[in-house]
Amino acid sequence: MESPRFLSRSDVIGLAALALLLVVILPLSLDVFRLNLVAKYLTYAFVALGLVLCWGFGGILSLGQGVFFGLGGYGMAMYLKLEASSVENTKIQSTPGIPDFMDWNQITQLPLFWQPFHSLTLTILAILIIPAFFAYLVGAAMFKRRVGGVYFAIITQAIAAILTILIIGQQGYTGGINGITDLRTLKGWDIRPDHAKVVLYFVEVAFLFGCILLALFVRHSKLGRILVAMREKEDRVRFSGYSVANFKIFAFCLAAMFAAIGGAMFTLNVGFMSPSFVGIVPSIEMVIYTAVGGRLSIFGAIYGTLLVNFAKTSLSESFPQLWLFGLGALFIAVVLIFPNGLAGIWRDHVQPLIDRMINKRKSGSDHHNGKSFGPIADGAPAE
Amino acid sequence: MLIGHQQPDFLLAVEGLTVSFDGFKAVNDLSFYVEENEIRVIIGPNGAGKTTVLDLICGKTKATSGAIHFRGKDLTKMKENQIVQAGVGRKFQTPSIYEDLTVFENLEISYPQGRSVFGALAFQRTAAVRERVEEVAEAIFLKDKLGQSADLLSHGQKQWLEIGMLLIQDPDLLMLDEPVAGMSVSERVKTAELLHTIIKDRSVLVIEHDMKFVEDIAHKVTVLHQGQILSEGTMDTVKNDPKVIEVYLGH
Repeated sequence: MESPRFLSRSDVIGLAALALLLVVILPLSLDVFRLNLVAKYLTYAFVALGLVLCWGFGGILSLGQGVFFGLGGYGMAMYLKLEASSVENTKIQSTPGIPDFMDWNQITQLPLFWQPFHSLTLTILAILIIPAFFAYLVGAAMFKRRVGGVYFAIITQAIAAILTILIIGQQGYTGGINGITDLRTLKGWDIRPDHAKVVLYFVEVAFLFGCILLALFVRHSKLGRILVAMREKEDRVRFSGYSVANFKIFAFCLAAMFAAIGGAMFTLNVGFMSPSFVGIVPSIEMVIYTAVGGRLSIFGAIYGTLLVNFAKTSLSESFPQLWLFGLGALFIAVVLIFPNGLAGIWRDHVQPLIDRMINKRKSGSDHHNGKSFGPIADGAPAE
Repeated sequence: MLIGHQQPDFLLAVEGLTVSFDGFKAVNDLSFYVEENEIRVIIGPNGAGKTTVLDLICGKTKATSGAIHFRGKDLTKMKENQIVQAGVGRKFQTPSIYEDLTVFENLEISYPQGRSVFGALAFQRTAAVRERVEEVAEAIFLKDKLGQSADLLSHGQKQWLEIGMLLIQDPDLLMLDEPVAGMSVSERVKTAELLHTIIKDRSVLVIEHDMKFVEDIAHKVTVLHQGQILSEGTMDTVKNDPKVIEVYLGH
């Protein structure tokens, strides 16, 4: 029995195909405006990637990933906002040197929890640690008590609702419903012009590949197999000497961390952060991206996110009222007809076709070893 | 007679164990002792509380009162995974295996190493792991099925796989809940042979209905009835106990 390598042949092909698309094809064929849209879509791909690990493999459905996306995004936005709110830039305010929305809300001093966001290092740490720590608290409270399934999904949804209400209600501290806007520079480097958007796109793609590699590592480790085992027979895993709760907490924290990185990249690429990316609706949309891509496929999640968002943009440009129905219909279709999403279609229909073609060409010279490969289906176990 | 945990001879000492579900006492003031290397079979009519006793020992069900001492540790105060790590292995009545994984992966997950989150991340499929998995696979007649997905196994093979998953844990106390139920005659024979090899050097607690099988392996038999011990002793003693005959044949 071969030991599972960190990267199998299908992973390498999948990574290469994705790199070709994101690093070569899209940047060469799209203008900066469209490329920036792709950058926005890809921020959700971080969330979808986390959902593959936690929902697809671990069976933990979270309908509140927007919370972690938002925490990461707000962390980055707070840093950028402070940099944009220098005394010089805000000298017309009654209290110069604080963010404009605070001034509008008669706040005269920067709140204590904003202070660490003067430092980029602390901001990055906050983006990585706060969402993961929050996920740990939620996960420990739920999973240690054996709360799971639908109840867990509902609770995560409630948390998303609570955080949105909190952000909107605390206008003076958070920017309220408008969010944190008018972000300008990162360490003095203007993030708004076209060339900056291109640079930020590539930075984001680099981070995405980092997260994919991490996800693949987890997937191929024994921990990945335990997650699959747990999804099926939680009790058997427990009575094989594992603390099921700890494994669930880990998957949930990792998914939260991925979502937070996505949120931070969103703020950088799109230039603002608002509660409309935190609540219930965006959280559910992110689950749909994952389902469309195939919840068992790391690469599928990325393609699913891109595809649904492309469809969303083009449909909502031409038929703004119909879009939501389209999304609903898509989700129903995926659940009913293609439970493994795009990756499942690839594995069951496209892949065998390619294999047969390769076989035909190879036939006579050597035998096909029967091992399948493909850019989307990464050999995830079938349901 | 609370001497169980001070007596080193007993591997497992169950004392005054009671569990009640909404007032119904599924196990009522139950006490019994299992020695090192002893094979104990629990028999009894349906609803006697046999499976509940195993559930209580492995931590699946919490006791209402009483104590379970295993090597001096009180199992009633421990979590399921801690009980496993202390050396208690449990096979469920219906085969409980991971159908999405291969036979090899099923066995590997049960290999007692890398059981923490980060231990599992860092776990390597070393030569020692592979050897042990192959060794166990050979014992459970599944050596040529290692690469196969577990859902393709027959019912009997699934039972063997789960026994193998316990075997690889190398527990000091092995608990088997109806290991031959639902098996064909030839599978039964093979399973009995398998059990004879794996019960060496460990204590085993078995629930079984198949009397021939019980007679074959049991050192001592405990008969449960309505959550209490009806009779205990060798198979012969138990068979001739009028109370047992009454319960089994009287109704």
